[in-house]
Amino acid sequence: MSRQKRQQNLIGYLFISPWLIGFSVFTAWPFLQSLWLSFTRYDIISEPKWVGFANYHALFTQDPQFWQSLQVTFTYAAVAVPLGILCGFGLALLLNIRIKGQEIYRTLFYIPSIVPAVATSVIFVWIMNPQIGLLNGLLKTVGIIGPNWLNDPTWSLTSLVLISLWGVGGSMVIYLAGLKDVPLSLYEASLVDGASAWHRLKAITWPFMTPVIFFNLIMGVIGSFQYFTNAFIMTNGGPQDSTLFYSLYLFNRAFRYLDMGYASAMAWILFVIVVGATSILFMTQKKWVQYGNN
Amino acid sequence: MAKGTLENQRIASVATIHIILIILSAIFLLPLAWMISTSLKPTEETLLSPPTWIPSRILIENFGKAWNYNADTLGYVPFLVYGRNTIIICFLVVAGTVISNSIVGYSFARLKWPGRDLAFALTLATMMIPFPILMVPLFGLFKELGWIGTFRPLWVGSFFAGAFNIFLLRQFFRTIPFELSEAAKLDGCSEWNIFTQVILPLAKPALAVVALFSFLGTWNDFLGPLLYLQSQETFTLALGLRSYQSQNGGTDWNLVMAASCMVIAPVIILFFFAQKTFIQGIAATGLKG
Repeated sequence: MSRQKRQQNLIGYLFISPWLIGFSVFTAWPFLQSLWLSFTRYDIISEPKWVGFANYHALFTQDPQFWQSLQVTFTYAAVAVPLGILCGFGLALLLNIRIKGQEIYRTLFYIPSIVPAVATSVIFVWIMNPQIGLLNGLLKTVGIIGPNWLNDPTWSLTSLVLISLWGVGGSMVIYLAGLKDVPLSLYEASLVDGASAWHRLKAITWPFMTPVIFFNLIMGVIGSFQYFTNAFIMTNGGPQDSTLFYSLYLFNRAFRYLDMGYASAMAWILFVIVVGATSILFMTQKKWVQYGNN
Repeated sequence: MAKGTLENQRIASVATIHIILIILSAIFLLPLAWMISTSLKPTEETLLSPPTWIPSRILIENFGKAWNYNADTLGYVPFLVYGRNTIIICFLVVAGTVISNSIVGYSFARLKWPGRDLAFALTLATMMIPFPILMVPLFGLFKELGWIGTFRPLWVGSFFAGAFNIFLLRQFFRTIPFELSEAAKLDGCSEWNIFTQVILPLAKPALAVVALFSFLGTWNDFLGPLLYLQSQETFTLALGLRSYQSQNGGTDWNLVMAASCMVIAPVIILFFFAQKTFIQGIAATGLKG
């Protein structure tokens, strides 16, 4: 019996071994190594040199770009994530109404979200071209002189938020799947009671959807801290650092200036922020997320 | 009489919803329509203000120009090479992801061993680690191995499973009745045979989801190739499009848009062939978090 058990364990470990190797080599080790590197000066060519807290000290006291990148990222997370949830959820509600042709609408809204980020960026650089772009051309026909969008520090971040909404179809499909799970009997009961559409949304749909919305909120916040490709291609952080996202600044520090120790310190601050932000969100979830009340 | 008014009201509200949805879908499609329109225009028409939608002459040859850009000086057709590179990497990543994650997911879902729950919690926790944190040490590791400039940093990792897909497949494997495994075991099947002959055939829909999304993720990936690929001959489509745009954006937008069309088209065609898998996959990934 115990021999059989031992054999069973061995098989379990054998099956798990790819993950074990991958986790150690590609996650755990780099994770810890970046902590160590954050206390060094390292340019990838020569050996890392221990400098204690110098990188952290410089980041917090001498680096306005670091603070700028934090501000840009937090602003983006605070605006784009809720706005994305609102639009995705709103679209899902519209598409959940039983009328003809919903399949077609769903497809049309979804397609932009699978377009590669590089292509999205290239297309929007063209559309938002201040002089000959489509957007300002359309605005002109209704008598509005459009701003310089990506080239104007007061509009550049707004432009990126607007562009992010183009991909909202991805989360829309998740909400649609969630809406399918709301028991119809509840709606029927409320119709008998004569509840208004708004009341039904608030009392029935919303509570059922809170776990899905919570999931999207968490992923959205983590995603904001990884936001890279669009900013790299469309603005490269500019103009005047107005779109210097945290990941972009980290990338520049590491691979443009070969300041790898400094970048590692940034990476660990990023990790602390992400863990902190998710913990805070998890603490709020008792107040508004309702699990398994079906 | 009262019933008639109610019916009219219903028709009116259905019409309103259709109008809203049509306007919104038009807005969503506008960028892609504009891309196609631009890609067929002569260069001078891309400079017009206000912009025009219908090209005066339809120039299919823009696609050929973008496709063959600098082919004579480079000695190869760039987008053909980018496309080939992307397909090679995608193929390896999809194979690695499906094989490794199904094996590991199976162990988490259907095998019992000490420490399993702890290991699974650890797996989920790794989802919280943003990639930029691992970026510098990983680059150092791959440099040490002499892999910078090759495709290896982009696909080798996929053969060692990742949290997200492990989770997805584990959830699916657990829905398959355990009696099936018991019965196979009584027939003298080894664990490996149960896995490959009983469970995997039943898990095809879930495997399709994993394959599809890893393909898409690799096709669309930009940061990975940007970090690890150096010479233009090794570029992927994403990286190639970016370098094409930085050379020609601002002058030949029609050609840049033609190149964008070529990068997007395979993804959209794939979507139409695998629409059901897409929708299933997204629902599965979103709901079980």
